[in-house]
Amino acid sequence: MTCTEFLAILDDVIDESIASQTRTEIETHLKKCGHCEVVLNTTRKTIEIYRCHEIYELPAEVSERLHSAIMERCTKAH
Amino acid sequence: MSTIQSIAGQNEQHPDVALVEKVRSGDVSAYDALVRKYERQIFRIAQHITQNREDAEDVMQDAFVKAFEKLDQFQGNSKFYTWLVRIAVNESLMRLRKRRTGKMVSIDEDLQTEEGSVPRDFADWAPNPEQNYNQAELAEILRKTIQGLPPGFRVVFVLRDVDGLSTEETAETLGLSIPAVKSRLLRARLQLRERLSRYFHKKAAPLARENAREKRS
Repeated sequence: MTCTEFLAILDDVIDESIASQTRTEIETHLKKCGHCEVVLNTTRKTIEIYRCHEIYELPAEVSERLHSAIMERCTKAH
Repeated sequence: MSTIQSIAGQNEQHPDVALVEKVRSGDVSAYDALVRKYERQIFRIAQHITQNREDAEDVMQDAFVKAFEKLDQFQGNSKFYTWLVRIAVNESLMRLRKRRTGKMVSIDEDLQTEEGSVPRDFADWAPNPEQNYNQAELAEILRKTIQGLPPGFRVVFVLRDVDGLSTEETAETLGLSIPAVKSRLLRARLQLRERLSRYFHKKAAPLARENAREKRS
């Protein structure tokens, strides 16, 4: 497996939707290629960081204000 | 995230469907539960697309009200959440269009860039690199980094990787083909990784932290 081939299936590797035969080829490639190993690990970490950190907080008071406005408009529309 | 994934089997009814049925039969208060369940996700998606807090608040309101008014059109063959997201995405794009004085805005714009499609930075990251920053610094870095992506990449990344929708659901929600979602997701992930590398390198962290502080002050 080449780096280009690895990169083409990077998403499938991350999403763990890889056939077992290909998985062996990937493992062999990663043992030899430090660059691809870094790309895989840091891309995984990128996703994890975005998943675990809310970057657009919705403060409780804003949530309540919007929530009341939504329900008021829905009740009127009903 | 966990709320989006269906926990019901194929023949079991999703809890949202029961709430939708209640609303349809005249119980407006049942809609309250649906709003509370999804308001944060809808706000987040609107904020990612519009990049403007005021617009995101308006989109959130309008999307929930529009969904309420159109509830009769909800078929139940897709999840309520993906149906709601589609409304929110359209409302967000309309809002962007208003800001740009009527210029057409689509989810397909600015996708010509080849940036990030091939990784260039191969330096490893520090272990748990996010711990080198306090919460406000980290949020600022993550916001600034994702804001640099074209909207069509941003929204695919957020739906797929942050919200946890499947590739098929993301495609259906955005009206894109499955290969288009896959291609955008890969490029979004790689571009974000490349841009975050400057903050999260083993050796770059202290310097990047200083830069982040300077920009905040």
